[in-house]
Amino acid sequence: MELTTVWFSLIAVLWIGYFVLEGFDFGVGMLLPVIGRTEDERRVLINTIGPVWDGNEVWLLVAGGATFAAFPEWYATLFSGFYLPLLLILVALIVRGLAFEYRHKRDDVAWRARWDLAIIVGSAVPAVLWGVAFGNILRGVPIDGDLEYAGGFFNLLNPYALLGGATTLLLFLTHGAVFISLKTSGRVREHARDLATRLGLGAAVVTVVFLGWTQLDTGTAASALAFAAAAVALVLGLLAVLAGRDGWSFVGTFLAIGLGVAGLFLALFPDVMPTSLAGGTGLTTTNAAATAYTLKIMTVVAVIFTPLVLAYQAWTYWVFRRRISVDHIPAPLPTPFAP
Amino acid sequence: MDLDTLDIARWQFAITTVYHFMFVPITIGLSAIVAGYETAWVRTRNPQWLRLTRFFGKLFLINFAIGVVTGIVQEFQFGMNWSDYSRFVGDVFGAPLAIEGLLAFFLESTFLGLWIFGWDRLPARLHAACMWLVHLGTLFSAYFILAANSFMQNPVGYRYDAETGRAEMTDFAAVMFNKVQLVTFPHTVLAAYMTGAAFVVGVAFWQLVRKARDEEDRSMYRSAVRSAAAVVLVAGVGVTISGDFQGKVMTEVQPMKMAAAEALYGTEQPADFSVFTVGSLDGSEERFAIKVPRLLSFLATGDLEGEVVGIDELREQYAEEYGSDPGAAYYSPGDYTPVIPLTYWTFRLMMGLGMAAAAIAVWILWATRAGRTPRGRWLMTAALALPFLPLLANSFGWIFTEMGRQPWAVFGLMTTQNAVSPSVSPTEALVSLVVLTLLYGVLAVIEVKLLLGYARHGADKVEDDDLPPERPDHDPDRPLAFAY
Repeated sequence: MELTTVWFSLIAVLWIGYFVLEGFDFGVGMLLPVIGRTEDERRVLINTIGPVWDGNEVWLLVAGGATFAAFPEWYATLFSGFYLPLLLILVALIVRGLAFEYRHKRDDVAWRARWDLAIIVGSAVPAVLWGVAFGNILRGVPIDGDLEYAGGFFNLLNPYALLGGATTLLLFLTHGAVFISLKTSGRVREHARDLATRLGLGAAVVTVVFLGWTQLDTGTAASALAFAAAAVALVLGLLAVLAGRDGWSFVGTFLAIGLGVAGLFLALFPDVMPTSLAGGTGLTTTNAAATAYTLKIMTVVAVIFTPLVLAYQAWTYWVFRRRISVDHIPAPLPTPFAP
Repeated sequence: MDLDTLDIARWQFAITTVYHFMFVPITIGLSAIVAGYETAWVRTRNPQWLRLTRFFGKLFLINFAIGVVTGIVQEFQFGMNWSDYSRFVGDVFGAPLAIEGLLAFFLESTFLGLWIFGWDRLPARLHAACMWLVHLGTLFSAYFILAANSFMQNPVGYRYDAETGRAEMTDFAAVMFNKVQLVTFPHTVLAAYMTGAAFVVGVAFWQLVRKARDEEDRSMYRSAVRSAAAVVLVAGVGVTISGDFQGKVMTEVQPMKMAAAEALYGTEQPADFSVFTVGSLDGSEERFAIKVPRLLSFLATGDLEGEVVGIDELREQYAEEYGSDPGAAYYSPGDYTPVIPLTYWTFRLMMGLGMAAAAIAVWILWATRAGRTPRGRWLMTAALALPFLPLLANSFGWIFTEMGRQPWAVFGLMTTQNAVSPSVSPTEALVSLVVLTLLYGVLAVIEVKLLLGYARHGADKVEDDDLPPERPDHDPDRPLAFAY
């Protein structure tokens, strides 16, 4: 296999890792006000992702860094082109990340309410915008002969891309609900399972339409296979929710998102950012790539360190495998601020 | 004033980077100190170390959170605002960034999660090891990002490909072991230890003098003050030595930056170092100066009689070597000179504030010797100023090294003017600058209030039922040892 193909696949893997992992912590964040009716319930939800959300987010940083290294032109065009949506995502990720750490630092209802809002909005905005961004990448955006993005902000808001946004939003909500039912017990778990079924139904419909549309537009035999597998995984996952099998339902939504994203990359290949402009130049794995030398170095580094990272991240999930409920939530730590 | 994307992008880079680098050195330094406290706790089972671990661990986390989230902006803004730069150097510059993510960010985030929540989940030694791994992650991070920056100061291990119009990596080892990197990494990391330790001294000294209620508290805070002050001093000596090496490398690869550091227009042999100057705004005319004879010669060349080439001569050399138009918008054509007053003063402030920090550390070590608790007002003022001195010195150092490279983004290869994103409109860039600056401002207020509140509160006492278990506790009904 060519090195550019290897790196296209590795970047796909990084995005898959990002969406299957941060997907559920976005879902948990968005469901905070829905499932977390009391303060203790909200703390249960936040603590299901507390030890892992930051590690999940690193998948995004590494996907960005790997794109910079392996396909500099792709990184440059994408990041300077999708400027304002990326700015929104940055702001969302900043306030959300701080919220987890700062929320409990003052014993003050208004303080907590503000950080809760940061978690909810900060999870919802990227959950939608990543779908919109990938929709636009697949559909093609105006890129001129100098590989520069030549559209504006509103070019990015087309029906197909917005449907992509709705798809990631509903999938992440479902994934989050399933994760909560896997990681909690008691009323929170019942509520999450109930929601997972209903959200899952909506997610299934939107996902099938979005993936079907993608398949008709740019699909290949391989992407069709991945999309079909994603749909099957989602349906089986939802059946597992009904059967009360939390572990299997999580495997289902995990695979549905992973295979769905894999299908999107298969439908994209060998383009990385096609142009919608007549006379423009689209970006491909060839014209966007770094040199063979750089790709070789990066391959060696990735082969050595990726298994190590996967091993210790998996270990974290094992360490924090226990289900939690409101009974496990300790009294709030004393804070130096008067309420 | 007519702002274009370039001006705005430069301001954004300056603001977001200087801001981000307030939190980074504290993270590097404090992670090592907290890991050290926890190791002392595991070894001695003396509760004072556990109290210090928890106390400074809490302050560490408040600081770390902002460092992490503002780091995401750093990773994104090369592509967002500097897309032509990214296209030009991505083949060389992207690799260390990607490796930083894979080696450093995963390590830091995963093991910090384990550390925060794992008090009853992990054996005590393994728990302490988690913080050491976080610290190792910060060192990896520093190494790779500084290797990337060193390429901008002194491009090595690449060739320019005329066909693709970009710099392409030919020797990864040369990029990783760039001679600028080999002196910059120790300088930066030692300065970070100084910063983290100065933070500890400031907080613990205030607690020792103002709040400690009993001998147990006093003895604990005194240990913290004295050990951290010793770190400030030792790291300060290391910063000076590594900085001296750095000066010589800089003179060799970026002679203009050294000349700009002294505002030395004419070549001199031997060259004096001015501690303080009153002169014309561009520094070309001097009215009053306090000078140390031959010091600049020594800093630049290691020889008291060494020749230091001045700005005027270098400007002509550069014009001959690089053509005549490096970036007409900022610098008159043919002018390869950075903004001299800025480089002159930031260089002095960096050194002066760093030395002041080391001096205060000595004073505190002397005043707290043999179990003393000093009550002097001046000493308290100095101790409270101490945490800010290395922080500011770091910022001035970076402003010096980045502004001293101008008009280049990559020295000798690409000017800053040519690095900016052509497709980003001034409006978009301005929206980004305003949004991020306002957000960062609000977060700074929140962060400082939290830090002050928790720092004033001091280290909680530990009761016997509050000790973390030595072995993991797998009772499924036990409440979480720590929860958000």
